[in-house]
Amino acid sequence: MSETVWERKDLLGIAELEPAEIGLILDTAESFREVAERPIKKVPTLRGKTVVNLFFEPSTRTRSSFEIAEKRLSADGLNFSTSGSSLVKGENLIDTAMNLQAMAPDLIVIRHQHPGVPHMLARRLEAGVINAGDGAHEHPTQALLDAFTIRAHKGRLEGLDVAIVGDIEHSRVVRSNIHLLTKMGATVTVAGLRTMMPIGVESLGVRVVHRLEEAVADADVVMMLRVQKERLGGGKLFPSDDEYFQLFGLTRRHLQAAKPDTLVMHPGPMNRGVEIASDVADGPQSVILEQVANGVAVRMAILYLLSGAQREAA
Amino acid sequence: MTLLLRGGRVVDPAREVDAEMDVLVEGDRIAALGADLEAPEGAEVVDADGKVVTPGLIDIHVHLREPGQEYKESIESGARAAAAGGFTAVACMANTVPVNDNRSVTEHIVKEAAKHPYARVYPVGAVSKGLAGEELAEIADMVSAGIVAVSDDGLPVWDSELMRRALQYVQHFDIPLVQHAQDLSLTRGGVMHEGIWSTRLGLPGMPGAGEDVMVARDLALVEDTGGRYHVQHLSTARSLELVRRAKAEGLPVTCEVTPHHLLLTDEEVALSGFSTHTKMSPPLRSESDRQALLAGLADGTVDAIASDHAPHHPDEKALQFSEAPFGVVGLETTVSLCLDRLVRPGVISLERLVALLASEPARLMGLPGGSLEPGGPADITVLDLDAEVVIEPADFRSKARNTPFGGWELVGAPVLTVVAGVVQRPSEWAAA
Repeated sequence: MSETVWERKDLLGIAELEPAEIGLILDTAESFREVAERPIKKVPTLRGKTVVNLFFEPSTRTRSSFEIAEKRLSADGLNFSTSGSSLVKGENLIDTAMNLQAMAPDLIVIRHQHPGVPHMLARRLEAGVINAGDGAHEHPTQALLDAFTIRAHKGRLEGLDVAIVGDIEHSRVVRSNIHLLTKMGATVTVAGLRTMMPIGVESLGVRVVHRLEEAVADADVVMMLRVQKERLGGGKLFPSDDEYFQLFGLTRRHLQAAKPDTLVMHPGPMNRGVEIASDVADGPQSVILEQVANGVAVRMAILYLLSGAQREAA
Repeated sequence: MTLLLRGGRVVDPAREVDAEMDVLVEGDRIAALGADLEAPEGAEVVDADGKVVTPGLIDIHVHLREPGQEYKESIESGARAAAAGGFTAVACMANTVPVNDNRSVTEHIVKEAAKHPYARVYPVGAVSKGLAGEELAEIADMVSAGIVAVSDDGLPVWDSELMRRALQYVQHFDIPLVQHAQDLSLTRGGVMHEGIWSTRLGLPGMPGAGEDVMVARDLALVEDTGGRYHVQHLSTARSLELVRRAKAEGLPVTCEVTPHHLLLTDEEVALSGFSTHTKMSPPLRSESDRQALLAGLADGTVDAIASDHAPHHPDEKALQFSEAPFGVVGLETTVSLCLDRLVRPGVISLERLVALLASEPARLMGLPGGSLEPGGPADITVLDLDAEVVIEPADFRSKARNTPFGGWELVGAPVLTVVAGVVQRPSEWAAA
């Protein structure tokens, strides 16, 4: 177990974390992993703590994962989403946050379609803020659960070759993963259509390729990204799903040319037949459902660390 | 009324003057310049010893928000902000509510400005009706009511045919067509410069090419029509190079740059933690763009420094980065920023700065002033090159506080201005 003590109020992104802090979260998650295997899946660790799940963008997976993590830690969770909230009435975001603050929650989990919103709120709120995805900026808990999953299979992160493939420009998952994996000593290759490759992405310390075959060739891990159809501008980035699949859809043929133990990952939700073939998604190398399971343990670890429970126990 | 500014260093680039001299003002005109002028009886004497006396500074790009958005700024508060910032004249853009696209709005601005003579306010009329980019506005009518240029600022004149016709039409009045150069199909949805920082932050980018494409198109039309063309808030290295070449070919082209594009880069969005005070259009660009603009100041490609003073209410700027309006204020920060960050380190000389802030803006918009010529208007700015200031937005005379420069410690500041022979003392006015 790591000897690092968590000091931050918030978890806003991976960019600002030290490797030791990443290690601490992953190690802490290990100890929460077994809670899911108990007949009574609950520990009293966060009893009496209030957590608000503030989701300004539709999310099933991430929100459910946080909710289950909160329940398993015995925290009191409150869900607050855009539909039915005062935001549709045009209330200023800061007012909404200050109103929540007035109810004295301990932690706020926030998902928002615009980059920087968790950072803006974190500066004004006493409660700890967990970024559950801000636009195309960061999705730190996803990167942490991805790392947890990779480590569980490969035993390490350092020295691994990880290929991340797909819509790099619009993905928050890729940004957090690039920061995390490069900090932990992995080598990252990003691959995708030139129309979906953000300018200057090499400056983040990654290799850029434009052919799927090349990306997969030496990879220990292939992480496929969702084509975010809702973010794409009217047919200007690629002409059809079919053509996308021809160029960047992961198929068995690609895996046959790769290392035999290459892991296949996807943050979900998947577009089967667009970025990934069904037989690959459901195949033996896929750890996609494990990612989801691990998400709960990783989020339990984050809630635990940010609640200050570790400091109090130390 | 008679006024004597005594003992200052007079810097007047239009007349190639840089010498210790007294300046005598009679009524609203400069009467004489010379060493040891006698103060006429009853004259108000201002001691300018140790100070720099320049032609009244002119900001040719401001938004005063009146009529229609007086909660952001008004002609009164904007004129006071101008005076506090060392400016004796401003040119205000047409994107008010309603738009200044007809005589009655122009007349309203002129009339309001006359009530608040802290600085001269020159209206700029719209190129197109309602800034819609479709039909020409009644430019002749607005010229007779007092506009000094036309611009759809806030938006580009996007339609190429309208641009071509407008460049022809303005030649009847000898006014420039002032362009917010941006190809909207490249920049729509963007909130910051497209580059490594937009990539890191996941914010939608506005590529530099969005500006360059429009400048290149416009220059072709200028070459064909001969219309006078001015690029507002030029922000990229490539646009600057296009203007440089066009000038070398003798085309009637000018351009301005803003202090924020000269002093900040897109990295500031990250450093400030997504502060909406780093959001403006065109956006803060890359370091290589910034360096090119600095070079353009020095080599004469850039004609003017203008603030693009764009006041917004704090509640509007309190929105999240992607949703907050574009724009920062600049009237009360430009002079100190330029003195401290451009003149002190030797990027440009003091004389060149005065040219960029007074004589060149006057020339390119055909405004009175810009020099201290005897017989000319008595618009004067006095600067203290040694004054130590801290930019404190709460003290602004502008109603707005949206500046990325809050807290900056600078050396050099305006002391007072004279407008039409009347001394303005903003230090005696309360903050807005």
